[in-house]
Amino acid sequence: MPQTRQGKQLMKGILKLAYKLLVNDQAKFSALLLGITFAVFLMMFITSMFSGVMNHASSTVINIGAPLWVMDPTVETISNSVGMPDYVLDAVRSMQGVKYAVPLYSGGALVKLSDGNYQSVTVIGLDDTSLYGRPELIEGKIQDIYAENGFVVVRDAEFSKLENPRLGSEFELNDHRGVIVGTARVATSGLYGLPTLYTTYERAIQYIPNPRYTISYVLVEPKSPDDIPRIKQQVEALGYRARTKEEFMKNTADFFIYKTGGGTNMLIMTAISFLVGLSISGQTFYTFILENLERFGALKAIGTKSRDLVRMILFQASFTALTGYGLGVGACVLLIWLAKVRLPSYAAMVTFGNLAISFAMVVVIAAASSYAAIRRVLRIEPFDIFRG
Amino acid sequence: MPKKAIQASGLVKWFGEGEAKTMALRDVSLEAQFGEMVYIVGPSGSGKTTLLSVLTGILKPNTGKVLLEGVDIWGLSADQLADFRLAKIGFVFQDYHLFPRLTTAENVAIPLVLRDKNWGESIREAEKYLDIVGLKNRAELYPVKLSGGEQQRVAIARAIVDQPDILIMDEPTASLDGDTGVAILSFVRKNVLNQDRCIVVVTHDDRIYQFATRILQMEDGRLKGPEKKGA
Repeated sequence: MPQTRQGKQLMKGILKLAYKLLVNDQAKFSALLLGITFAVFLMMFITSMFSGVMNHASSTVINIGAPLWVMDPTVETISNSVGMPDYVLDAVRSMQGVKYAVPLYSGGALVKLSDGNYQSVTVIGLDDTSLYGRPELIEGKIQDIYAENGFVVVRDAEFSKLENPRLGSEFELNDHRGVIVGTARVATSGLYGLPTLYTTYERAIQYIPNPRYTISYVLVEPKSPDDIPRIKQQVEALGYRARTKEEFMKNTADFFIYKTGGGTNMLIMTAISFLVGLSISGQTFYTFILENLERFGALKAIGTKSRDLVRMILFQASFTALTGYGLGVGACVLLIWLAKVRLPSYAAMVTFGNLAISFAMVVVIAAASSYAAIRRVLRIEPFDIFRG
Repeated sequence: MPKKAIQASGLVKWFGEGEAKTMALRDVSLEAQFGEMVYIVGPSGSGKTTLLSVLTGILKPNTGKVLLEGVDIWGLSADQLADFRLAKIGFVFQDYHLFPRLTTAENVAIPLVLRDKNWGESIREAEKYLDIVGLKNRAELYPVKLSGGEQQRVAIARAIVDQPDILIMDEPTASLDGDTGVAILSFVRKNVLNQDRCIVVVTHDDRIYQFATRILQMEDGRLKGPEKKGA
């Protein structure tokens, strides 16, 4: 329809005009972009660091990958397990809805290096029968883990702390002999910068001094996802707690957010970044509009409708915000990439959540900046232009 | 019989209420034909600018009627009125109001862009009109690089680029020296005025009265007779 075609062309022309007015004022456009880019960069960087820390904190949960974890009710993070007696494993295995259940050991130990120094390590003891939760091997055969003193080492950023062991390398763990029978890769490294060794559950509890109860977690495979609530109820009745993988990761994140001050710090820094962006872009954009106020009045006098002026301003604000968002995200990704080149275990990761949070804040910055400008432009009367 | 471009009758406009009430227009009626260059002259505060605003659909009168080319503009909706202004009226403002960050060609192209022409076409058309006002070689310059007279010519080019039937010039010589002002109005009279266009000029600069076809005098919100016949 001709009406629609004209409307579209008019919008195109007005937006082009808005674009020219914006980008031709290089000083203000640069200041606007800089403000928003800087704010997005900070917001992205802070939330990415936090996401990275959260991800690393839940690394064992992610790497093992079990859908349901049974644990002592006081456990808040994966690294602070409380041993459970053997009957818990038997009880869980007999629960309705459980396909199978296996024990998992997770603990720390000291490895004596060839130079006589000691290196702390994380030891994961997998169920002897099923090796449920085993990592993906890069070298070696998984069945060699059953060989005498067999351990699989994770080849991640912390690998070198064990003097880059090869297949057959020997080490001493709590005065026990250990042999590297495989190297593996995992999805996520741990938070505390410790190398990780996998072995069987029985060897882990044999090598590492433990309290009376040795099962750190019982990993449960439900018959179907619908059985999870029922299993949780039965575990609850037993005096323990069952958490899904996602719940356990959230519990770990909540611990860092609410019980370590990390969440508050992140919130404060993100809010400061937001305010920096808002104040720079809001003030610059408002000044930009003020500088052109009489011309906007002249446009009104010529015959431009108020809603078209509003569209122009919204376009300018959106264009600046989206460009700044892209540059800010790009700068953040680049910095994290560079940091990871130097420090492979660098705990920062860009998630869809970070992107969404920063985007939402940029939208708020653009909306707040344009709101003041739109109010000002709508108030200008063409008659004032004639009066001078 | 010449066609009537403007017919205004019984225009009354006041500002404020009660003791603060100020009468700006007191029962003003006027007509202007196509082919005329009508001056509205008078001292500051006489109501010239208010009359201009009422005639162009910018300021609503308290009472009275304005017909432009036979259309009762104050009977139109806000959107219709804006469209009417864009299509039928060209404005030359006292301070030009050129966008400093747009080139002269881009400034001139604005009315075309606000209508439905695409950007490239509008710029080419604007360059033609810059040629008409003698500024073809200034198309790529920004207004700040132009003299006052040149800026005024750009404003005129912008006002006529969409070939409006009615051209409104508000104090067109206020920011110009005498010779430039005279040259500009001489140019307008010779090159912009034609039988299909009516030009209304608000001014109190008697050096340019020679270019009017008719002069209306305002005083204290009223048009004072008798009208003077211009050149």
